[in-house]
Amino acid sequence: MASIEAKGLRKVFGKTVALDGIDLAVERGRILGLIGPNGAGKSTALNAILGLIPYEGELKVLGRNPWAARNELMQDVCFIADVAVLPRWMRVSQALDYVAGVHPRFDRAKAEALLAKTSIRRSSKVRELSKGMVTQLHLAIVMAIDAWLLVLDEPTLGLDILYRKQFYDSLLNDYFDHTRTIVVTTHQVEEVQNILTDLMFIDQGRIVLSCSMEAFEERYTELTVNPDKLAAARALKPMYERQGFGRTVLLFDRADRPALGALGEVRTPSIADLFVAVIGNDSQKGKLAA
Amino acid sequence: MSIEADAGAASGSRDVAVAGAPHSRPYLWSLKRELWENRSVWMAPLAAAGFVLFGFAISLMRSPHTLKAISKMTPEKLAGIRFAPFGISAGGLILSTIVVGIFYCLGTLYNERRDRSILFWKSMPVSDLTTLLAKITIPLVVLPVIAFFVICATQLLMFGLDLAVLASRGGAFAQLWSTVPLLHIWALLLYLLAALALWHAPIYAYLLALSASVRKGPLLWAVLPPIALAIFEKLAFDTNYVSRVLHERFFGSFEAAFSGGFGHKPMFRFPDPDPARFFATPGLWIGLVLAVALFAFAVWMRRRREPM
Repeated sequence: MASIEAKGLRKVFGKTVALDGIDLAVERGRILGLIGPNGAGKSTALNAILGLIPYEGELKVLGRNPWAARNELMQDVCFIADVAVLPRWMRVSQALDYVAGVHPRFDRAKAEALLAKTSIRRSSKVRELSKGMVTQLHLAIVMAIDAWLLVLDEPTLGLDILYRKQFYDSLLNDYFDHTRTIVVTTHQVEEVQNILTDLMFIDQGRIVLSCSMEAFEERYTELTVNPDKLAAARALKPMYERQGFGRTVLLFDRADRPALGALGEVRTPSIADLFVAVIGNDSQKGKLAA
Repeated sequence: MSIEADAGAASGSRDVAVAGAPHSRPYLWSLKRELWENRSVWMAPLAAAGFVLFGFAISLMRSPHTLKAISKMTPEKLAGIRFAPFGISAGGLILSTIVVGIFYCLGTLYNERRDRSILFWKSMPVSDLTTLLAKITIPLVVLPVIAFFVICATQLLMFGLDLAVLASRGGAFAQLWSTVPLLHIWALLLYLLAALALWHAPIYAYLLALSASVRKGPLLWAVLPPIALAIFEKLAFDTNYVSRVLHERFFGSFEAAFSGGFGHKPMFRFPDPDPARFFATPGLWIGLVLAVALFAFAVWMRRRREPM
């Protein structure tokens, strides 16, 4: 069953087209990474999915229309939109009391157990916690909610590397169970590469690339060649190339791996490199055309 | 009403019935969290009460000097003077809760958008209607109830102090009670607070609607347009309807809810509550209809507005 299904999802703010008719289907048990430059429409897409903004086109989240049925949907959907949206005046204990009071699917004992692993004290106010601790607190609350869909919009923005690593480890080990669905947007692409099952690039309100991580690994190849083999490599039509330490790194889409292997070192590219190849090329084309 | 509605919605949802899980009560907890966040709701009236008591204590210490003047007065005039501090303290405390209510309504929906905490509140299964109902409960119910109890406690303490001073000069309880009949005063107070809340409901709803919609300076939006409108009307048509309507909305409740009044002539007497007249006042119903419309608009705006 699909967690999220969209057909021709469109959103216009004044004269700006934030989402230009996107189609999308996310099955249960997937972890989708939504990657795109600033202002690409990621947050708009998430806001539409969460029922926070009206939209045009068809959209079903867990079988419901998120704008019309937002209140019911919020029992099955959790989100961390941006870091540090927890009310700063709130005490940790009050946050737990409140969520336990309003959310029928919140398991307080689980939240307490998750918090026990951190150095967050029950009596602290949110404003007294560091940014990393606020995120830990929010994650502990969200992970203790038995939801079907978790939406994370830049959940680790501004956190140091330790907290970021811990955030995704915790999410994978203590939360994800292959029946839930997670959608995450982030600029720290390299950190999510190993946890994603699906990948989607979005630029200027459109989906530019959408594939599973298995397909990603099959399709894309990165080749590092010495100058003497460069001409031969270029003849195989790379989609992108960049320089590195006197050698050239070329990116291929659906290339013949053994043939590439004869020319130099072959490996699976990072999402970040593919992102630059796909989106960077695109916006350069745009600039040239303009 | 909203409590049952929300509980119904919760139990209707798929496999919510986690064994032994308590029913979620969004309205109740939304109200609770408003009180956590806005401690001025109960702290301001308490502080005002402390201030009032302090002033009253000073007046009692000064009383030997005024005693001579008092002894020459008629009993009616004396009764008026005895009662005055009780009336002033009640008025001051009611005013403090109204001011708190005004600033609360003006800030609450604006601030949650500014500090982005609205994203957290909206991630919880609490509807915008439930949230707004909890918010308007503060000025319409919570603040009047707090005002009532704080005023009762303050007046009781004042009565005790008065009695102590009076007793030291050979006065008696009955003498004081006849001029300051606390139970009667408290009954009038309860009625006055209810009338005020109903009469001022459109003001609170208007402020909530502003708070939910404006992008900048909610205080300016609340104050300047009505003043501009009144000035424009005066200049353009040389009439005063706008300012009269505003004045009526702020101060008209007492006249609508009571007959008679605190006249010192010919003698001091308490006003008589007149609910029949109050509920027959068109201004009350016009205001309530307006309040419902503005409240609905505030709910609609909160649904759509994003954090700033």
